[in-house]
Amino acid sequence: MLDSRIINALREVVGKDNVTTDKADLLCYSYDATQQKFMPEVVVHPSTSEQISRIMKLANAEKIPVFPRGAGSGFTGGSLPTGGGMVVTTERMDHILEIDQDNLVAVVEPGVVTEQFQKEVEKVGLFYPPDPASLKFSTLGGNVAECAGGPRCVKYGVTKDYILGLEIVTPTGDIITTGGSTMKGVVGLDLTKLMCGSEGTLGIITKIVIKLLPLPEAKKTMLVLFDSIDGAAQAVSTIVRNKIIPATLEFMDGRTIDCVRQATDLQVPEGARAVLIIEVDGDREFLDKQAQRIAEIIKPLGVVETRIAETPAESEALWQIRRSVSASLRKVNPDKFNEDICVPRSKLPDMIRKIDQIADRHGVPIVNFGHAGDGNIHVNIMIDKKIPGELEKAERAIEEVFKGALELGGTMSGEHGVGIAKAAYIPLELTEETAAYMKKIKKALDPNNILNPGKIFLDN
Amino acid sequence: MKQLEDFREEIEQCVKCGACRAHCPVFGAEKHEGRVARGKVALAGAVLDGEIDLEEKVLEDMSQCLLCGSCGAQCPNKVPTDEIVAAARRRIAEQKGLSSFGKGVAAVLGRPKLMDLLAKTGGKFSSLLFKKLPEDSGLRLRFPAPFLESDRTLPPIAGKPFRDRVPEVIEGREGEPTVAFFTGCGINYMYPAIGEALLAALKFVGVTVIIPKDQGCCGLPAVSAGAQETVEKLAELNRIALTRRPVDYVVTACASCNAGIGKIYADFGGEYLPLSERIADIFVFLARHGLPEKLAALPRAAKRKKVTYHDPCHLRTQGITREPREILKALPQVDFVEMEEAGTCCGLGGTYSVYHYDTSKKIGARKAGYIGASGAELVATDCPGCIMQLQDSINHAGGKARVVHVLELLMEALPDLSKGDKSE
Ligand SMILES: Cc1cc2nc3c(=O)[nH]c(=O)nc-3n(C[C@H](O)[C@H](O)[C@H](O)COP(=O)(O)OP(=O)(O)OC[C@H]3O[C@@H](n4cnc5c(N)ncnc54)[C@H](O)[C@@H]3O)c2cc1C
Ligand code: SF4
Ligand code: SF4
Repeated sequence: MLDSRIINALREVVGKDNVTTDKADLLCYSYDATQQKFMPEVVVHPSTSEQISRIMKLANAEKIPVFPRGAGSGFTGGSLPTGGGMVVTTERMDHILEIDQDNLVAVVEPGVVTEQFQKEVEKVGLFYPPDPASLKFSTLGGNVAECAGGPRCVKYGVTKDYILGLEIVTPTGDIITTGGSTMKGVVGLDLTKLMCGSEGTLGIITKIVIKLLPLPEAKKTMLVLFDSIDGAAQAVSTIVRNKIIPATLEFMDGRTIDCVRQATDLQVPEGARAVLIIEVDGDREFLDKQAQRIAEIIKPLGVVETRIAETPAESEALWQIRRSVSASLRKVNPDKFNEDICVPRSKLPDMIRKIDQIADRHGVPIVNFGHAGDGNIHVNIMIDKKIPGELEKAERAIEEVFKGALELGGTMSGEHGVGIAKAAYIPLELTEETAAYMKKIKKALDPNNILNPGKIFLDN
Repeated sequence: MKQLEDFREEIEQCVKCGACRAHCPVFGAEKHEGRVARGKVALAGAVLDGEIDLEEKVLEDMSQCLLCGSCGAQCPNKVPTDEIVAAARRRIAEQKGLSSFGKGVAAVLGRPKLMDLLAKTGGKFSSLLFKKLPEDSGLRLRFPAPFLESDRTLPPIAGKPFRDRVPEVIEGREGEPTVAFFTGCGINYMYPAIGEALLAALKFVGVTVIIPKDQGCCGLPAVSAGAQETVEKLAELNRIALTRRPVDYVVTACASCNAGIGKIYADFGGEYLPLSERIADIFVFLARHGLPEKLAALPRAAKRKKVTYHDPCHLRTQGITREPREILKALPQVDFVEMEEAGTCCGLGGTYSVYHYDTSKKIGARKAGYIGASGAELVATDCPGCIMQLQDSINHAGGKARVVHVLELLMEALPDLSKGDKSE
């Protein structure tokens, strides 16, 4: 346990009510969506950059590890206090500081919840596209730290594509800014991009300057059922080759459809072995034409059925099929390992086939769905942890899935990052030299290795 | 009643995704993981595993729940946090004894006669007297803060409780069903006008109505306080009162009572099922009897009021959101507008606002903001508790809107409806 001198010093920085060492509180900050548990020694709720700066200086002087945390919705354990120490949560730094309608720029604190931000900018006709499935509860700080993506990435890109600048508290407690509020800027190194996806290991993000777009006038949703995953994957390439980039291109494989069919009363015909949900957005008059055109060009690719929504309610009903996946998976097995590999989009069917073989070889059900538009597959390995040997089977399967993705020119994480969950697999993807280069950066910026130690690299 | 141990499987179903952070009003106001469903479920699990005792902080976090059920309704794994928290509170009461408030709930709600007496004296001697009520009086608990806070809007206390004003049986038309009216404390002691509006609506439909005099509180405040024995006692009292004569429905005009009887009694199972299965919110009942269509056929009034609707948690989490809106939209004197966040809790949570008035106010203030932004003159809802809290929140925010029960608006249109109704 940290001695009372340090706790008192923290209290001085953030106020008595914002520091806690009660066991119940520590328990509440010991987990994230990975379902692993590490107890911190103290939880701190700062509300300004200056406070965080003082916390980092104190931590450096006393060599106490600091674990930045947003909503704790991460899937790779990035915010877990693996070595005890201090959880610094930004959940109370949740103010939208500015929405500049002339320059299409906004400035926010890191604890702002993504959807709340989206709603606010949409009120004035603006648009923040990144839409992780966790957008209702994850924070923008966490999104930047993980470089979160979502269904709309195929057209609009990921979080980093919208970050113009940051205010950061460095691991040694300095407050610096990166980038700015201009659309262009090439002075010095691009630290903004370096921070995006750095998983809270290089600095604590305290302000975010965000680029906004005009809100598209309307969108149109269509659901296409295919008789094979190949048909669906070819459809993706065909659409793109025809110079149409839909706002979303989501897919579900045959096993996912089986789950949905078993768990809900949603109507999915027997012959369907893959589903694409395609959404186009833009000017209203142009959407009907575009949807029709997509339907036409993909028709020869084994399409079983095409449903085009005419109203928002119908659109919602189509999305319902995708949304019911998560709950329906539990019917397969109680425990789920959710990996998020990414392959070049043309390699999607090859990857699915590989995964099916891995599933059969190890005798574990694997269910796949995800963002077909960018080749990002959510691989869900379903097991019952209580059955002896199942966990080991899953682990072997996961490693083979990663290797399979890399063989196809892909990556082992498209969205969720490395954290602690994938740290052991880093040598599969990064060469020794590349990893060493990254570690040098970390070492230079955080000489005492106190900011989120134990993440991304095992020996960090 | 189910014990904490009985929830082990449900607790394990929480995958710690954090989705409940988006829906928990207490978390929204407090921004602390101990206040959100995920945290409470984690703590309940730790208590079961013997990892933590029922220490002060755990009690505090478990008390920080409105039992609104929003989390469970939106949780991908349907973890029933509200039930888990209620079970934890029963465990706390067992091990640590009832809190002073809990004792008040048990003492007063368990004895309807005492409650009657308190209400009547309150009515006679004005709200001043309520300030002299003992700190742990059950009435303060059922309709808490008004009696505690001088700046809080007080609903007038009915001089004569509703059930004393009406006969026990009101005969309807031949061939129409028989319904029992479960008044609940809010309507009986504070808002008898809502009861009268409900009777008018039922009379229009032509059903026979039974209003048993000896019904009591539904038991929800006792559940909230962890007072298990009182819940059981009240359930038994109501079961006997409401099933003495065979009825087709038991109608409520209070969301909490609806959930109290529908959900909690259903958990008792056995002889309670005939009662819980027959429970029907008044608007669900009226919708089944074609009232929205009849109302919609009336000519629109020239002068209409802009009205919005607040979803009481205990109806919303049961999926009852359409029927009250259908009625509102069909009313000739109403222009319906939807407000943002119509479905978030008002922040009352019964005993919650006694323990945590500040947080309760914060939650209410947010709601008042959305009401203001909607531009509505009237906020209609379907729960006396919400009416009280919403009005108080609006007043604190300096808003203009007035809060009413949907039934009160319906009552205004009934004469027109009766004129046109050939069956009368
Ligand atoms: C149901 C569900 C669906 C999801 N869907 C998606 C999805 O579609 N796409 C996707 O990309 N991810 C998804 N995720 C993963 C997760 O939501 C994202 O990684 C998200 O960005 C994490 O945000 P958070 O606020 O919860 O951060 P946390 O989990 O608290 O932290 C994540 C990482 O960010 C760091 N961090 C947090 N705040 C700061 C800060 N201010 N400064 C520096 N570092 C910080 C932490 O140290 C940690 O390493 C999903 C998760 C769940 C549970
Ligand atoms: S209670 Fe439900 S929504 Fe909340 S963290 Fe657990 S599983 Fe997720
Ligand atoms: S029942 Fe309501 S207040 Fe309690 S944890 Fe769930 S959402 Fe929060």
